[in-house]
Amino acid sequence: MNSSFRILIKSPKFMFGACMLLAMIGLILIYPLFNRNDPLEMIALAYQPPDSKLLLGSDNFGRDLFLELIYGIRTSLQVGLIAGVFATVIGLVIGLASGYIGGMIDNLLTAITNIFIVIPSFVILILISVSIDSRSSFVTAVIIGITSWPWTARAVRAQTSSLRNRDHVNIAKISGYSTPRIILSEILPYIASYVVMAFVLQTASGILSEASISMLGLGPYNTISLGIIMNWALVFEAPVAGAWWAFIPAAISIAIITFSLYMMNTGMDEIFNPKIRS
Amino acid sequence: MSVYGKYIVKKFFWYFLTLVIAVTLNFLLPRMIEGNPVSMIVSEMTQGMTDSDTIKRVYETFLVEFGIDKPLGEQFLIYLKNLVTGNLGTSFGLYPKPVTEILASAVPWTIGLQLPAILVGWLIGNVLGAVAAYRKGVFDKVIFPVALFVNSIPFFTLAIIMLYVFALSLNWFPLHGGYDYQMVPTLSFEFFASVLRHHTLPFLSIVLVTIGGQAIGMREMSIYELNSDYVLYSKLLGIRDSKIAKYVFRNAMLPQITGLALSIGTMVGGSLICEIVFSYPGIGTWMFTAIRQLDYPLISGCTLLIALAVLLANFTIDLIYGWIDPRIKAAQMEDQ
Repeated sequence: MNSSFRILIKSPKFMFGACMLLAMIGLILIYPLFNRNDPLEMIALAYQPPDSKLLLGSDNFGRDLFLELIYGIRTSLQVGLIAGVFATVIGLVIGLASGYIGGMIDNLLTAITNIFIVIPSFVILILISVSIDSRSSFVTAVIIGITSWPWTARAVRAQTSSLRNRDHVNIAKISGYSTPRIILSEILPYIASYVVMAFVLQTASGILSEASISMLGLGPYNTISLGIIMNWALVFEAPVAGAWWAFIPAAISIAIITFSLYMMNTGMDEIFNPKIRS
Repeated sequence: MSVYGKYIVKKFFWYFLTLVIAVTLNFLLPRMIEGNPVSMIVSEMTQGMTDSDTIKRVYETFLVEFGIDKPLGEQFLIYLKNLVTGNLGTSFGLYPKPVTEILASAVPWTIGLQLPAILVGWLIGNVLGAVAAYRKGVFDKVIFPVALFVNSIPFFTLAIIMLYVFALSLNWFPLHGGYDYQMVPTLSFEFFASVLRHHTLPFLSIVLVTIGGQAIGMREMSIYELNSDYVLYSKLLGIRDSKIAKYVFRNAMLPQITGLALSIGTMVGGSLICEIVFSYPGIGTWMFTAIRQLDYPLISGCTLLIALAVLLANFTIDLIYGWIDPRIKAAQMEDQ
């Protein structure tokens, strides 16, 4: 584990992505310490252009957009991470169970996975979000997580079922190890790198899902996220008012976050999967 | 029965099962709203209405449509019966317009926008990805990071930026809608030109993002194939490079077709939100309106239609895939 971390640091793609993400996290942690205002407080006129006092101008309610953006990035990252954890854990458990146990359980779980890969997850996301009355950002994150696990499950299953018949697993079985112990010590270490990569990708897609669903107006209540900022900009016709600062910074923030996560993933992929190195 | 015929029947069975589950979710999830959904919805939508007669009429329409006084099983049967006869209920927002009518007017716009955009983006992306993997060097160093960046831009982000740059600042393209609003849809040249002008920006924003994602996938697959033994062997045999490139392209293409099947749901979702940005008169924009007005029948009509379209697209791709991939035929032969 230590040595693979040392290799990772040498990957320029991974480091580039990681540094960008860390810079972003640093910004959202430090800025609120200096500017202790409430992001929802109205302090200016509607759609004031950026100047030295309001770094990114104001939105339709006259709120400081830079402060809103900082809080928006924070919520979006949180939602992405929670969704990523849920999606990865569910996918991992289902994939391991179906790949290791095999037989009828495998058939059943694979069928369920395939069905939920085909049904578009954002359709289920919309249906659940419409039906739930009080959505906090945590609830939104959990909904995103439980609708996006099938990809991970499918890949984990494929790898587990090929590992299951390897010699070292058979030896562990003959030695009388319990099933959980075999999975923990003989299977998980081999798919760990994949699981970490899947988690990074799930986080990125969680951030994108949150932004999409918030753009539709089904985002979390009582909070600011990047998608919600863009929803406000669209609902209150910021593009027509020419107020680019109301939506372009939020849009680019999403792109930067997902780009840095994808970069980290590509860097890891090239290290853990030497076959695709060019 | 032929080998391919068996493959079709098997696939059809699975897609039918998936469809049943999609329909069930579409029925069940909105009914999990706590309390009496009809009175909740009607009280929300009739806010500001003073005519108590209208309110009562609205209430009764939805009471009959939802049939919430009946047990859940019977409700589901009514729902299925309505579905089969093409009745998706009445819209709240545009009462008393039926949902099917609204959807029917939106479908041509959405299909006209998304089908060409996804196909064009997919094709260009695959060619670019293959070229990047094959040429390597500067070409790869430029295409890959650009594709990676474009791919991480959400569909609607690019749409918003394009809307601002090309429609608002430069005034090259119209801001919103599917055609000039003064025009009456006719089969004239001017109407067609107007549709095309409105079509360009949403089309381009979908194509660009699709190119990014597909190019990355194709580059990875091509590099994987280029490193395989048969390429080295062919090179040692002295086979021309262009011929080897053809082998590699064909082999790398197969997973890309499966990839298209798997990602088509996400693509359609992204493109629907793209429509909202341009107020394009398709399903996405209607869904946006429906969500703002809490128009449940229209929302669930939209989600059902989207799920159905994605299933159909997947089924079609699977049929094509079974036809062109020799391994599937071989696997079916072994089964026999």
